[in-house]
Amino acid sequence: MEKELLEQGLNLNRRKFLSKLSLGVGSAALGSLLIPDLFKGGSPDEEAIMAALPHFAPKAKRVIYLFQNGAPSQLESFDYKPLLNKNMGQELPESIRKGQRLTGMTAGQSSFPLVGSYFKFNQYGESRAWISEIFPHTASVVDDICIVKSMHTEAINHDPALTFFQTGAQVGNRPSMGSWLSYGLGSENSNLPAFCVLLSRGKGNGQGVYSKLWSNGFLDATHQGVQFSNSEDPVLYLKDPKSMSRDERRKMLDQISAMNDLSYREFNDPAISAKIQQYEMAFRMQTAVPEMTDVSKEPDSIIKMYGPDCLVPGTYAANCLLARKLSESGVRFVQLYHQGWDQHGDLPDQMAMQAKDVDQASAALIKDLKQRGLLDETLVIWGGEFGRTNYCQGKIQPNNYGRDHHPRAFSIWMAGGGVKSGMVYGETDEFGYNITENPVHVHDFQATMLHLMGIDHERLTYKHLGRRYRLTDVSGKVVKDLLA
Amino acid sequence: MTIKKSHILAFLPIFALFFSCQEKNKEASSLAKIDQVSYNFHVRPILSDKCFACHGPDANKREADLRLDTEEGAFAALKESPGKFALVSGKIEESEVYHRITSEDPGELMPPPESNLALTENEIALIKRWIEEGAQYEPHWAFTRAEKPVVPKATEWANNEIDQFIYNKLLEKGLKPNPKAQPYELIKRASLDLTGLPPSPEVLDRFKDFSGEYSYEDLLDGLLSDPSYGEKLAVLWMDISRYADSYGYQDDNIRTQWPYRDWVIHAFNENLPYDDFITWQLAGDLLPNANKEQILATAFNRNHKYTEEGGVIDEEYRIEYVLDKTNTFSKGILGITMECAQCHDHKYDPFSQKDYYEFFAFFNNTPEKGYEGDVSISKPAKTPVLWMDHEDLSGIMEFINYQDSSKLSVSVMGELEGEEKRTTYILDRGVYDAPTIPVSASTPASILEFPEDLEANRLGLAKWTVNRDNPLTARVFVNLIWQEIFGTGIVKSAGDFGMQGDLPSHPELLDWLAVDFMENGWDIKRLLKQILSSATYQQSAEITKEHLSIDPENIYLARAPRLRLTAENIQDLVLASSGLLHQELGGPSVKPYQPEGVWEAASSGRGVLATYIQDTGKNLYRRGLYNFIKLTVPPPKAIIFDASNRDQCEVGRGRTNTPLQALVMLNDPMVLEASRVLAMNLGSQYDNDLEAIENAFKRILCRNMKSEEKDLLESYFEDQLERFENNKDQIKPTLEVGEYPIDPSQETARNAALMQVIVSLYNLEETITKI
Repeated sequence: MEKELLEQGLNLNRRKFLSKLSLGVGSAALGSLLIPDLFKGGSPDEEAIMAALPHFAPKAKRVIYLFQNGAPSQLESFDYKPLLNKNMGQELPESIRKGQRLTGMTAGQSSFPLVGSYFKFNQYGESRAWISEIFPHTASVVDDICIVKSMHTEAINHDPALTFFQTGAQVGNRPSMGSWLSYGLGSENSNLPAFCVLLSRGKGNGQGVYSKLWSNGFLDATHQGVQFSNSEDPVLYLKDPKSMSRDERRKMLDQISAMNDLSYREFNDPAISAKIQQYEMAFRMQTAVPEMTDVSKEPDSIIKMYGPDCLVPGTYAANCLLARKLSESGVRFVQLYHQGWDQHGDLPDQMAMQAKDVDQASAALIKDLKQRGLLDETLVIWGGEFGRTNYCQGKIQPNNYGRDHHPRAFSIWMAGGGVKSGMVYGETDEFGYNITENPVHVHDFQATMLHLMGIDHERLTYKHLGRRYRLTDVSGKVVKDLLA
Repeated sequence: MTIKKSHILAFLPIFALFFSCQEKNKEASSLAKIDQVSYNFHVRPILSDKCFACHGPDANKREADLRLDTEEGAFAALKESPGKFALVSGKIEESEVYHRITSEDPGELMPPPESNLALTENEIALIKRWIEEGAQYEPHWAFTRAEKPVVPKATEWANNEIDQFIYNKLLEKGLKPNPKAQPYELIKRASLDLTGLPPSPEVLDRFKDFSGEYSYEDLLDGLLSDPSYGEKLAVLWMDISRYADSYGYQDDNIRTQWPYRDWVIHAFNENLPYDDFITWQLAGDLLPNANKEQILATAFNRNHKYTEEGGVIDEEYRIEYVLDKTNTFSKGILGITMECAQCHDHKYDPFSQKDYYEFFAFFNNTPEKGYEGDVSISKPAKTPVLWMDHEDLSGIMEFINYQDSSKLSVSVMGELEGEEKRTTYILDRGVYDAPTIPVSASTPASILEFPEDLEANRLGLAKWTVNRDNPLTARVFVNLIWQEIFGTGIVKSAGDFGMQGDLPSHPELLDWLAVDFMENGWDIKRLLKQILSSATYQQSAEITKEHLSIDPENIYLARAPRLRLTAENIQDLVLASSGLLHQELGGPSVKPYQPEGVWEAASSGRGVLATYIQDTGKNLYRRGLYNFIKLTVPPPKAIIFDASNRDQCEVGRGRTNTPLQALVMLNDPMVLEASRVLAMNLGSQYDNDLEAIENAFKRILCRNMKSEEKDLLESYFEDQLERFENNKDQIKPTLEVGEYPIDPSQETARNAALMQVIVSLYNLEETITKI
């Protein structure tokens, strides 16, 4: 075999991916969770795109996205609207609604009674941000976060809205945010995937999440999110069968490698040696991943910070702690989903439970990253797919009400990774219905996230079936005001 | 159509990857080699990619009122610079295009720097030469009627016309064909290609080196008449028709579309001509005296997702469904990216937004609803529904594998008549509640004018699609079949034959195959036999220095490709070679082993698919094609091995190589159980250890062991035997995997050791590769 030619081919691909490594791992380890199809290479287009990255000095190296699935109400969390309490039960004025479309769940209502928050609000921090009483821990880190009250989206139902947030399009098989970052920036750790997904479920009315949300779409499958589960097998198929010791596993891999090597010598196909390397990485993952999910070595102070739930695998708190560990180890994008935020009814009870699930651990994550000096280079995002209406779904009951979907104004928060801290951005009208100041569209949010990672959202593209696609589709502008 | 001889430049970027330092020299010499610059093969790809977005078909985004995609537009006087012309035939100095692409003034330079697009030196040189040579425009190759080109002269190597085309090109590139593959390789290769199953040791022995009673042709004929042939091809069609067993979206409840899948298998096995295959699927319900089988075929249009999310707006989703039908037809059958014209005129191809909605109109006249209620009242099929009773299922629909006595319902097509007919409007930005101008059903004239005598409904559309003059249908399908066999199509972008698509590597061969296919009754089995009979197909897969330096991507096929099997066929191989495979055609989809909690973690908790209830018995051992596909959580193993998630029409799969795949092969209970069952069977069949290993090897690798392999396997076996003899407590837990009954007397150290050897065999690269 003409080694030099083969090496030439391999090296060009290696260069492409190794250039994405910033932790200086050995040359045997490849950048992402992949050895790409070695002789397929990238298109010239892709090569040029990769060569140009990053487009400017990144502020953040990694992202942890705490997705609150189901759409938490902004009116019981960060958008304080005393008028709604004052005008409780009064009709939503047409001058505010402006005939905008509603979902089929409330479009038929004869009345749209305004409903105020069941929970009290207080002001916190230097920004004097209003935060509701069910988020006391979040209030304690208010100076480290940036609350955006003027988010808006295009979709009015869960599935398209979630898909829009994650992929930049409501329908279609587009890559998820994490896949885009894996594609653009690769991984910092050769033993862990670049894009990890953690799921948890609260007690509130829930909407499903779908593995298509962490799909690679038309990007190479090596960029798909790898779901971690709370079962014995934290990553699917990771665990060896019963009675298979590490030594025995090693022996079998040596056997497989020796046999594959014979085949390589016969066919000279580099795909065979790539396969040998994949088995080696699988072997390393089998050690690296369980080390990651094992929280037994965390000190008491950390357990206390995240709360006792963090010792219960599969809870939001446990996932926040795991997210910190993964991120600390160089995982580019950690995506959490916490289900249960769809409060069409029983909002006061459910919202309190949901907040209790997530408040302490979300704040702990910020504190933990900060004390490790990682907050500056880690972008943390908290929020759902849209907001909720200022009027009640159905009739207001004593101490009980619900809210329908509201895409026109909702709140999220961001922290670390080059985001201005201790700020409240954007404003809504006194009914909490329309944005009055500094609107941030989902594509603007995505453009800003990419910007913080050192990427110009218009230049991270992938050509698929004749068209250059990007996360922000055809719009989006960086919200400069949010940058530190 | 004229296609120029030299296409070297079209493939230069690939070389550039590997020889970046030599790039310039290579490019220069290639440019010198070109006799004449071709618009279709050299210039249009550049203009399309770098210029058409602002100077192309999209009237709304057109800058300076200049369009370069049409001859009239490009030669017209420039509206914003009186007296000047974008292109002047033969005259560089007078052609504004040339000045602008070479300008040093960023304000003048084209493409503008802010577009993030730039022309390479070579691209500029090509455009220059093209203008000098007269700047001749040509119609896009894929939109002109396919004609049978002259076949290059025969050579000793060639078995049929395919080889004559291939050989000609190999000569041009300085390559020569590989020697013929070993007979056992050919048997495995053809079996996998035509049935998706590995050959058994008996089959290998029967055909040996083809010198005995049975020839290679007998092998092909046998495989083509095997019912598993239909199952193999059905996987391709399931991707195109985005088949799934659930509704998708949110609660994602179960639906019953599998009788459609059974029909596809049946149609392939019966060798239904491709023109009928398409006609029935598009418009079976509109055929005169349509029978239920023909109506069932129209389920093709109903396989997309349906929302059951409470509170959705009916019309928003009804429109979404019509869009999906339109896009699936365009991409899967015509190989065009029509969907780009949904919101605006197409930026590259000659399809206006009006063209799009005229196409859309064909599919917009079905009594379908956007929303039929939420998951609590979910039904297995949605309006319009085809009902099939016992009588149907024992008559012409006998191919449907249904063991229940209740009636069966499938979502199919229907057509509104008279006053109920819908008017279709152009939708501004593609948004459902922004209708503008009414349009009627028609097809883009740039492909083929819609004949006046055809019905302006789906049946007319079907006839237009399979018309001999339609330039796309046959080309696209033979290309898909080529891709099935060789891994990459003659046109690499199998779903995009438009301006931005890849150029054909062998344009004459593609046209010859397409016309030959149509002239011979759109006969799919004949097409496959033609390809598999070629010398091109029968080459060895060995890679040489010449291959790597001249054609690393194997575009010109001087060797057979080595291709990893699909997710489905990996499952088939493991089950078949172990003897576990339960061969049964069709029927409701099955739920084999799946890691715990995969559905549950992602579910809303509503609907019958909130929990995964694993099947038992024979349903654990069905072919991969029959695995239940829940759209929002597709089978994880399949996704790890690059299967389509069936979210939308797909015409090709990736072939990645990841550690997750290694983990599946090492730890999947299916692989472990298959290894255990095979070990126990061989253990009792053979007293001699080596004979047992030899047999396992032959079943799994489809060949005999070589001596080095024998040594390695024997010593691994001895090692494992010692391990289990010394650690008897490990025998039981190792062997007891999977639900297949186990005979306790067989729980021996020898069988456990044999099992480990077999697991290692399943993990060889060669095992799951078509070589």
